[in-house]
Amino acid sequence: MSVNAKQPVEEGHPMEELLRMDRSPHIWCPPCGLGTTVTALATALKQLQIDLNNVAVVSGIGCTGRVAGYMKVDSFHTTHGRAIPFALGLHIARPDMKVIVFSGDGDLISIGGNHFIHTARRNVDITVICVNNFIYAMTGGQVAPTTPITAKTSTSPYGNYEHPFNLPLLAASSGAVYVARWTALHVRRMTTAIKEAISKKGFSFVEVIAPCSTLYARLNKLGSGLDLMKFYHDNSVIKHGVDLREVDINYQSKVIVGKFIDIEKPTYLDCLNEGNKRVFGDKYKPYGGGNGDN
Amino acid sequence: MKADPSCVLTGAHYLDGNHACAEGGIAAGCKFFAGYPITPSTEIAERVSQRFPLIGGVFIQMEDELASMNAILGASWGGVKTMSCTSGPGFSLMMENFGLGIMLETPCVLVNVQRGGPSTGLPTLPGQADMMQARWGSHGDYEVIALAPDSPQESFELVIHAFNLSEKYRMPVLVMTDECVGHMTEKVVIPPAEEIELLERRYTDKKPGEAWPYDPSEDGISPMLPVGKGYKFHVTGLTHDNRGYPVINAEAQEWNVRRLMDKVNKHVDDIIWLVEKDIEDAEVVVLAYGISSRVVQPAIARARTEGIKVGQIKMVTVWPFPEKRVRELAEKVKAMIMVEMNYGQVFLEMDRCIAGKCRSRLVGHAGGTVHNPFDVYNAIKEAVK
Ligand SMILES: Cc1ncc(C[n+]2csc(CCOP(=O)(O)OP(=O)(O)O)c2C)c(N)n1
Ligand code: SF4
Ligand SMILES: [Mg+2]
Repeated sequence: MSVNAKQPVEEGHPMEELLRMDRSPHIWCPPCGLGTTVTALATALKQLQIDLNNVAVVSGIGCTGRVAGYMKVDSFHTTHGRAIPFALGLHIARPDMKVIVFSGDGDLISIGGNHFIHTARRNVDITVICVNNFIYAMTGGQVAPTTPITAKTSTSPYGNYEHPFNLPLLAASSGAVYVARWTALHVRRMTTAIKEAISKKGFSFVEVIAPCSTLYARLNKLGSGLDLMKFYHDNSVIKHGVDLREVDINYQSKVIVGKFIDIEKPTYLDCLNEGNKRVFGDKYKPYGGGNGDN
Repeated sequence: MKADPSCVLTGAHYLDGNHACAEGGIAAGCKFFAGYPITPSTEIAERVSQRFPLIGGVFIQMEDELASMNAILGASWGGVKTMSCTSGPGFSLMMENFGLGIMLETPCVLVNVQRGGPSTGLPTLPGQADMMQARWGSHGDYEVIALAPDSPQESFELVIHAFNLSEKYRMPVLVMTDECVGHMTEKVVIPPAEEIELLERRYTDKKPGEAWPYDPSEDGISPMLPVGKGYKFHVTGLTHDNRGYPVINAEAQEWNVRRLMDKVNKHVDDIIWLVEKDIEDAEVVVLAYGISSRVVQPAIARARTEGIKVGQIKMVTVWPFPEKRVRELAEKVKAMIMVEMNYGQVFLEMDRCIAGKCRSRLVGHAGGTVHNPFDVYNAIKEAVK
């Protein structure tokens, strides 16, 4: 984050119900894809018509990590990489709530990568939205496990030479039951994906490609935020259900987007209840968590 | 509130300290336990995993201790009592997020069954060398509450006490046991549920829209806001104001950190728990905590039979340190001796509070075994020379 966007708080903002207007202006740069992504989440929640009292957003640390602080639901800004296990605990205590993790690529996949794969493996019923901006933005644009090969960052000044992660493949092979990828340009489709992810029982994952306009674009001379959008307009290829080995992201190459995985599988709590029922029979009372009367 | 009888194994048992810790947590109403196996603490997790299914609890073995610590914080905000256990290496991994628990003001209990360190050290042998890490292990300024049981019976009781303190002061509380207590098997008497007093979580009585997560209160401890009830609150590990909103400046930092420290510092008389013996006429006072407070007893008894006026303070709470009491006694006695399985950690605090007013001695070693009582006896004799 570098520019303090001074946007006046308008009366009757359409997202007033979902955003903490008392925290406006936000800290993000004006052309950042984060704003669009937050709007997509807010729109998704609105369209789903779920009780907003029953929604929680958990973030880690980073530009994206600030999302929890702007969403007007119960929201938790945790430590770098740890949003998922925090969310897991919250979900188990309150399985009746929709728990949404919203964080960055570095946060979820680098420092928090172990939690990501294990929570997908367990098929814990939470939704993870990862904003992949190819970089560690908050700290000034360092190389990430998602940085495409040859892309420059502040700590790969001669171009990145490490293989990046393919996030949809990682999520799916770890056990996620819903996997989609859209860019910040695909607002409507992204909103639909977020709606589907939130409605899905089990570990659902939405990757949002939203290149950091301030750092990634500048370090790689990719132009303005608008130029980035134009690039994704021209280079996104929608391929639903594609073989995920084909969705690697190379530097300034075509980006494959779409809904990749949407399957049914018992969740962590389903399995826990099933396992205990098998052993204890009627003596076992299925676990449903707190009844909300806390 | 009284404990739930369906969770309390009332009766006389033969348990080791780790199993007793598990029973303490269960009796206290813990319903979520996240942990990662590590010697010598694993039996706590094992017993909880065995006991939970039929009493409505969820045990989960996490992918590591970072996850365990965060999961118990998340579940605590979800409204249940939560706990984890670990030992040295895992304790190190938990430290960043122990700090998150402190910053968010989240009740939970963490048991560290101490082994010898540093690093992998002595997995199967005792130590008490994590005491300063317990005090200062996470970055930044804050206060902690740490209890040290000396037996399986006390492990049971102090875990319950730790839960009560964590709810009362709205913070994570540490139970610093050790391999010796953890693996020592003794009689443990678990009382009837109606004799176990539990403190329930204090939630705000204000309506949504009127309450913030860190609203000022008379005692400095804000009632919590429940999730899922329309409060739509925000909490952050960043320095924040009473609304839980991040504020990045020196004034907010002062307000936030003072609040975390005052919560403990203004209630030390309520929190500190010392068991004193033969202090009135003492010329020498032996301080110790956990297993060491038992090991010193034969040494003290022998010195007493020889006419040396020696008293003992068993520190049930190690943190906050009994600063006032040590200063008082330092004015009266010839010497104070700290006995601990490390090379001088809690000793540093004792020495600081004595401030040259009497002799200050350490009987310490690197861990791996409890003290030889003769070393303590010799130190007592030397101290009154
Ligand atoms: C334990 C720890 N290590 C390092 C940091 C510093 N840090 C803050 S944000 C961040 C990277 C964030 O990257 P990402 O998750 O991709 O979020 P972005 O800012 O790109 O949205 C780092 C390394 C930290 N806060 N905590
Ligand atoms: S991700 Fe980049 S563009 Fe977006 S707020 Fe952070 S620094 Fe600015
Ligand atoms: Mg990033």
